[in-house]
Amino acid sequence: MGIAALVGSPVKRREDPRLITGQATYVDDIKLASMLHMSVLRSPYGHAHINSIDTTAARQHPGVVAVYTAEDLKGIVGSIPVAVPVGHIAEGMGVRGPLAEGKVRFYGDPVAVVIASDRYVARDARDLIEVDYEPLPAAVDVEKAMQPGAPLLYEDFGTNVVLSSHPDSADIDAVFARTVADGGFTLKARFVNQRLAPMPMETRGVVAQFNKADKKLTVWSSSQIPHLLRNLLASQLGLPQHQVHVIVPEVGGGFGCKLNVYPEELVASFATMKLGRPVKWIEDRSENMAATIHGRDQVDYVDVAATKEGKIAAVKIHGISDLGSYSQIFTDVIMIAFGFPVSCGSYDIPNMHFSFDLVFTNKVPTDAYRGAGRPEATYLIERVIDLVAREASKDPADVRKLNFIQPDQFPYKSAAGAVYDTGDYEPALDKAMGMIGYQELRAEQARRRASGDKKLLGLGISSYIEICGFGPKGTAPVGLYESARMRVEQSGTVMVYTGASPHGQGEETTFAQIVAEDYGIPLEQVVILHGDTDSTPEGRGTYGSRTTAVGGSAVYTAAQRLKEKMKQIASHMLEASVDDIALEDGKFSVSGSPQKSVTFNEVALTANLSNTLHPSIEPGLETTVFWEPQACVFPFGTHICAVEVDRDTGEAKIVRYVAVDDCGRQLNPLIIEGQVHGGIAQGVGQAMFEGVEYGEDGQLLTASLMDYAMPYAHELPHYELSSTITLTPVNPLGVKGVGEAGTIGSTPAVASAVADALNVAHVDMPFKPEKLWKVIHQQ
Amino acid sequence: MKREITVTVNGQQHRSEVEPRLLLVHYLREVLDLTGTHVGCDTSQCGACTVLLNGESVKSCTVLAVQADGGAVTTIEGLAPSEEKLHPIQASFWEKHGLQCGFCTPGMIMASYQLLKTNPDPTEAEIRKGLEGNICRCTGYQNIVLAVQHAAEEMRTTTSAPVGAGGAE
Repeated sequence: MGIAALVGSPVKRREDPRLITGQATYVDDIKLASMLHMSVLRSPYGHAHINSIDTTAARQHPGVVAVYTAEDLKGIVGSIPVAVPVGHIAEGMGVRGPLAEGKVRFYGDPVAVVIASDRYVARDARDLIEVDYEPLPAAVDVEKAMQPGAPLLYEDFGTNVVLSSHPDSADIDAVFARTVADGGFTLKARFVNQRLAPMPMETRGVVAQFNKADKKLTVWSSSQIPHLLRNLLASQLGLPQHQVHVIVPEVGGGFGCKLNVYPEELVASFATMKLGRPVKWIEDRSENMAATIHGRDQVDYVDVAATKEGKIAAVKIHGISDLGSYSQIFTDVIMIAFGFPVSCGSYDIPNMHFSFDLVFTNKVPTDAYRGAGRPEATYLIERVIDLVAREASKDPADVRKLNFIQPDQFPYKSAAGAVYDTGDYEPALDKAMGMIGYQELRAEQARRRASGDKKLLGLGISSYIEICGFGPKGTAPVGLYESARMRVEQSGTVMVYTGASPHGQGEETTFAQIVAEDYGIPLEQVVILHGDTDSTPEGRGTYGSRTTAVGGSAVYTAAQRLKEKMKQIASHMLEASVDDIALEDGKFSVSGSPQKSVTFNEVALTANLSNTLHPSIEPGLETTVFWEPQACVFPFGTHICAVEVDRDTGEAKIVRYVAVDDCGRQLNPLIIEGQVHGGIAQGVGQAMFEGVEYGEDGQLLTASLMDYAMPYAHELPHYELSSTITLTPVNPLGVKGVGEAGTIGSTPAVASAVADALNVAHVDMPFKPEKLWKVIHQQ
Repeated sequence: MKREITVTVNGQQHRSEVEPRLLLVHYLREVLDLTGTHVGCDTSQCGACTVLLNGESVKSCTVLAVQADGGAVTTIEGLAPSEEKLHPIQASFWEKHGLQCGFCTPGMIMASYQLLKTNPDPTEAEIRKGLEGNICRCTGYQNIVLAVQHAAEEMRTTTSAPVGAGGAE
């Protein structure tokens, strides 16, 4: 039985019993003997010189064991690593030490830590540290920060711009001129993707324990990439890698923000190495708002040329990425490496031109937040399609169909640089239009507009694509494979150690399904283990919708290797040629004589225990696979949203939401549906509610959940889901990825629906009532 | 100056000396080692810390342990009627895939318990409104709503769905 027979079944998650009974262990649930607690003193200014730090009173506070500032860490603890340093970052601009030195550059920048006997005492003492700050003007607005004379975060570089690229545009300008000469049109727009907080319900946290006798550092952290953390802790603390052991316990959500390595992980590790006692640090929610990476924060200027029918001839994009104050691991490349390559979306756009500026500001660093670059790129192109439709007086659905890449064009190399594996975009759009009753809603909209109805109705379509399954050789500074170590034990139990590291995605269930289905054994016989760098092979972790496509393929490949060996053992047991042996329903049998068979468990027992194995066969059943994709995968789909905006109050309400997603083969439809739901909620959150706000002085105005508008149950719609299935040849499972699809697809659908309801070209997010009221009443 | 308190948690009486400023959630998690109740926001917006205090749901990050003196608390660990049997709300969250990372789940389940106690047959809108004190970042809420509806049905068709060892009722 091969993967072709793998039926996607909505298996209930095996993770859940511990989670619904309170028996899961998150990092804050870990309690070690003699454990100390760390509290972090953070900058109350967006930008300031540190004249002096007086820790005397804090050190003398009862229960305090140590207080550290940058001075104590100097030369011992390295900086926060950057995956692909570009422009001035390669020359040291924006490189972040574990604690602020000389200057603070954002509200929340860590300045000092207190280590004390309990978390209340640690906080009390933190408040006794006296820092003499000299506040400086802050660079907050990214477009102002680019200008000469703006306050500088890194004076030595004389600018806040890390890298600026404005290639010659003569060729594309000629296309614009030709398109106009042929009767077409051009248009311009400016789009803003506001700054968002990833906001997993579990904040960050770390427990670090150094055993002085073994010289071994064990770190429990709420991380998406345990091996990255292990490798960087070793390099930045000057320890050999085998002396660092990272364990990722239950993780309460990540959404990208926990793929980074942060100062607190380094400082807690430094502290336990100094003190010889375990140190725990748990971020509180306000710290999470102030000091964990934010996402998005990008401004795009776009120029479009299209025929009078609405076929796009050329697009010019000038993207400005607000990096915040320092470079975290992917800060500088989110827009240019993950966004720009998919800027054509699902459309056959022959000419693209990119220019960009990457700019530091006095805000939290931006980095990967669910979608990372792809939501911004998708928002841009989907909004462009709507603007073109409006200019051409066409229905936005028709303009999409006119511009779609056609099924016979795959594999498709887009003018933005990406090579798409497979796709069939029109059926997903048609299906979504049918589900929502598109034509009927358009008719209803016309009726309401004619009658001056108080409830303005709008429809928004987003026919998104995304790129995931990172990543093929040569696309990153390190190999982006995923690993699986698999062992079939004498009992027949299959132990799978994966390098991927979940935080809610349910891979203990999905990965077990891959093995159980392929071997025809009960799900319970397959154990999936993850998140421990001493037992799992080097892995790249969970992010970018890659876990099933890359990690699942590693598991599947390992299963094939062990199956081949088990077939050989079975062939000796059955005295038949190995070519005639097949595994089905947990039995190895000889083709043509099905009565001759041995069970999976009998072969497992023989492989592990027998002393009469054929001399050519090594005892035991164990293999390790590092599966590296040859290409990326491109999920796609169409989301359609219907909104009502109240003319009198400006309040927008989503009244229908339909999503047709294509993520290739579906291994577990229940889990896929959950991923799409949650993704849509986050994308709707960006469109309707969310936004991190800073004052002009760099003060964080949204520093708690009282101020940051997280979507609640009653604010979100009922999602109506369906799918199409287009397989990919890129991996043996035929799967693409679905973790970020909902987030990428939903934001532009809502944005288009709101603009359509108001019958205007564009409104910037988030769609708060006051803003919409002003547009409606032209204030 | 520590104060002595007596609190019955999940049916078991505990006598403890605590600082007056100790939050109930920290008392449960750090003194009694009941770590199923989570802290998500510190400002009583997210509801991850929801427990039952004398039968009513409260956010234990905004209740002092001393305020629970003499009271009865039920946490997620005490909701199931027995070790072998889940409470219908727990079972429904599992059945309907009402959780992903699981961090908000104990609070969400305790809040759902309170909701169904006051309204045993809620509409979708009533469930969404009734859970407005609890934030989930993973699920988009739809399967949580389905889980609560499913639990409501289960609880109406069975004779009783008692809270387990907690005995808060």
